[in-house]
Amino acid sequence: MTDDIITIEIDGRTLQARKGQTVIQVADEAGIHIPRFCYHKKLSVAANCRMCLVEMEKAPKPVAACATPVMAGMKIKTRSEQAREAQKGVMEFLLINHPLDCPICDQGGECELQDLALGYGKDVSRFTEAKRVVFDEDIGPLVSTDMTRCIHCTRCVRFGEEIAGLRELGATGRGENMRIGTYVKKAMASELSGNVIDVCPVGALNNKPYRFSARTWELSQHAVISPHDCVGSNFYLHTLRGKVQRAVPRENEAINETWLADRDRFSCHGIYSEQRIAQPQLKERGKWRKVSWDEAIEVTVERLQSVIASRGSETIGALISPSATLEEHYLFQCLLRGIGSSNIDHRLQQCDFSHDETMPVAPWLGMDLNAVENLQAVLIVGGNPRKDQPLLGHRLRKAALRGAAIMYVNHRAYDLNHLAEQYLAATCDDLVIQLAAIAKALMQKTNRAVPDALQGLLEQVEVDEQQKTIAENLHKADRALVLIGSQASLSPLYSYIVALSHCIASLASVSFGTIHIGANATGACLAGALPHRKVAGTADEQPGLSAHKMLQSARRAYLLFNVEPELEAWDTATAHRAMHEAEAIIAISNFASPTMREYADILLPLASFAETDGTYINAEGRWQSFTAAAKIQDDAQPGWKILRLLADRLNVSDLAFNSAAAISKVLREQCRNVVLNNTVANIKLPQHDFSAHNRRLQRIADIPIYSTDAVVRRSLPLQQTIDGMEADKASIHPQTAAEYKLETSEYVSVTQNGNTIEFSLQLNEAIPEGCIWIGLGVPGTEALGPAFGDIEVSAS
Amino acid sequence: MIEKVILDQQTVLPSEVLAKIDKHIAKFPPEHKRSAMIGALTVVQHFNKGYLTVALMDAVADYLDMPEIAVYEVASFYSMFETEEVGENSISVCTNVSCMLRGADAILHHIENRLGIQVGQSTEDGKFYLKQEEECLAACCNAPMMQINHEYYENLTPEKVDEILDQFK
Ligand code: SF4
Ligand code: FES
Ligand code: FES
Repeated sequence: MTDDIITIEIDGRTLQARKGQTVIQVADEAGIHIPRFCYHKKLSVAANCRMCLVEMEKAPKPVAACATPVMAGMKIKTRSEQAREAQKGVMEFLLINHPLDCPICDQGGECELQDLALGYGKDVSRFTEAKRVVFDEDIGPLVSTDMTRCIHCTRCVRFGEEIAGLRELGATGRGENMRIGTYVKKAMASELSGNVIDVCPVGALNNKPYRFSARTWELSQHAVISPHDCVGSNFYLHTLRGKVQRAVPRENEAINETWLADRDRFSCHGIYSEQRIAQPQLKERGKWRKVSWDEAIEVTVERLQSVIASRGSETIGALISPSATLEEHYLFQCLLRGIGSSNIDHRLQQCDFSHDETMPVAPWLGMDLNAVENLQAVLIVGGNPRKDQPLLGHRLRKAALRGAAIMYVNHRAYDLNHLAEQYLAATCDDLVIQLAAIAKALMQKTNRAVPDALQGLLEQVEVDEQQKTIAENLHKADRALVLIGSQASLSPLYSYIVALSHCIASLASVSFGTIHIGANATGACLAGALPHRKVAGTADEQPGLSAHKMLQSARRAYLLFNVEPELEAWDTATAHRAMHEAEAIIAISNFASPTMREYADILLPLASFAETDGTYINAEGRWQSFTAAAKIQDDAQPGWKILRLLADRLNVSDLAFNSAAAISKVLREQCRNVVLNNTVANIKLPQHDFSAHNRRLQRIADIPIYSTDAVVRRSLPLQQTIDGMEADKASIHPQTAAEYKLETSEYVSVTQNGNTIEFSLQLNEAIPEGCIWIGLGVPGTEALGPAFGDIEVSAS
Repeated sequence: MIEKVILDQQTVLPSEVLAKIDKHIAKFPPEHKRSAMIGALTVVQHFNKGYLTVALMDAVADYLDMPEIAVYEVASFYSMFETEEVGENSISVCTNVSCMLRGADAILHHIENRLGIQVGQSTEDGKFYLKQEEECLAACCNAPMMQINHEYYENLTPEKVDEILDQFK
């Protein structure tokens, strides 16, 4: 290694550098600033702006620091007369066509061109000819364009090709006529598209929803953690007079690097939705009345106590969002257990809980996020990280680019941004059988035993070539991962998926990971927001009902914590009915939809993710705490305070915490001996007949990227993206469409459990034959039934 | 039971065009298929009677396994590709130094008068397009010269031009 270290000199300072580094990298590490536009540390070197010209001893003319590799003994001067002269010259050229419209540009105040023009520009322009003008293109709801400002650094183009894996922007035309755009005027489809806003050094590409809402120097910056997926991306919320204006990434190499997914960047535009609950409200004879917190809490307590007195506390059900904070999960379950009910769950999308007792304490990725990019083989079962956890998807793509074999087993094909093999299973049985065959292939290869519970199934299945290939890929890799994706838990045979995936991982001696939807599923499990487990995985001697069970066997009262069960539950129709039939629905929530206003009785306004202190545990098991970024809207309260208040009035002791930090401290103490470990031992599997062939049309589902939680569903910019607009369509394979005489219909009537809903129909070869795909979590699906199961269709 | 996903690609290019593109592809190592792009675009432009459409460029992108925008970039960069509808036969008269000295301007005027159009326009019947030529076309030794559909015609006189254009009737 030491051979790799050489010594160079920059501005008279002697610096150590590694061979292969460029001058600009070494200067950056040493804190010597060299001006630049096209260079970006995460992108390839284009060396097209020439702003980084520096003097190199013995070189006849200035060299580009971003494209010059270090050499032993080289002497660089970044501020010599020659260097300054060159840099100033380049700046003058760059400004020739730039409109200098800083006063009306959102980038003003945080613009690399503006900053450098101050240092290197002249105060008077010598250019008297006409400047070129470039017409703007509409590239979708997230990124605004002012292309006259573009300096052709091509960072955005390289971002698309190298990071997003989707080349959408390009440089068309030549010379004076060159322009950056899509050429065909289409909206960007990447789930990471917002990052071009940050990489663009000028104001050409900007944040569209934020456009013209503030000047950067008026904003205050607050560090927060992503409330949408288990990557736990770090970002800043920028606020103006206490209101969130926009989100920008906060660099954390271990988690999100310098990037941010569009869902994290633009969800904040949903916080101030019209459906936000401003004040506590009670429903009296069908009419809503705004009340004080005291009254609201008093009535809540009365209602709960009367249900407990007349029907027993086990008739109370409690559902909490997997994206609630750790502190909220903890207090929520303590409160419920304190009043005698263990019907607590955060897994609304799940229906098979048969392996609950043997499940690990909490799900986790099985490794660090940055280890993912060094894997040689990955088998993903039930999920598409690219859309489900975009920055985990980015790590997978990096692995794929390094040659890893990435394999998916799913109920539908996904549009991927890297090379991979996708294996499709039309039915839930099919998916399990495929996994069993992979396990069997590995069993034959390794001659190792499989758990008793799986033996019978493995005997039934036959192994084909493709399953052998998957087995072989996993087996031969030194670093491999079997990952249960966040859509897998929707399967009615989830316990089989868990058992088999674990079995495959152990037979192949590779890592095993499980991820769930939401920002804090790992935290929810550790905090005890489960019917059968308390804090840190200790068993509840009187286990309660799972989410699905407590909706199926209707409860008298439900306590909802920032969930919309009629959209998020596995069986939305059943959830919807349970909500309507209950005596009392108490919703602690950011928002109330018209549907929720119909079934709820008490609305307690909850501070949004931007307005509360809290902690999330990401898929790596990393605890990340944050404090409130924005002023609380109107009369809302942070979740932990509402729950503490309720606990106090309901005489549940020991919850009188004074801060979120105090709660997480207690939890940390209680979890100090927990080592995250996905091992599933002695799994119990439900009886299931895999030989029966169901020939009826099946519904398949997953949770689309912009349907994951209440705030995302209310972010208009996200809903207007291509992904957002596709979410509420029913998709079907053209062959199957023909079979059901749907090939020419634009709409389809879909019937489940006797309820019929109309959807617009999309013919899509990504859907296996014999199925129709309808997303979960999508508004308009309230009356539909289970995420997987029989379904009828007719043209409408 | 396990199916591999094969997304059906819709091809708008007929097989004889693809066969010609394949010849260009064959000139490069298989992993550098994209190097055949200029050749492919030329084939497709001639096939489409003188210009490229977005659909055709998409088809080329598809055939060469590259992002569509990368094809738009190349097609819009090189002046020999037309991305707007133009007349079927593209005439480029060189007016650079050598040709200019040997009477290129008169040749150009003669063509303009004969076709009734100016540089940059197409004839109404869609037969001819008189292209703005920007640079020396590298046949100075036989100046003045022009290209029709990228073929060279040299040592031009107005009479010779008439003869040549008559062939395109
Ligand atoms: S739009 Fe911005 S990032 Fe893209 S080339 Fe122009 S200046 Fe660079
Ligand atoms: S930063 Fe070096 S040439 Fe642009
Ligand atoms: S100047 Fe006309 S061919 Fe060279």
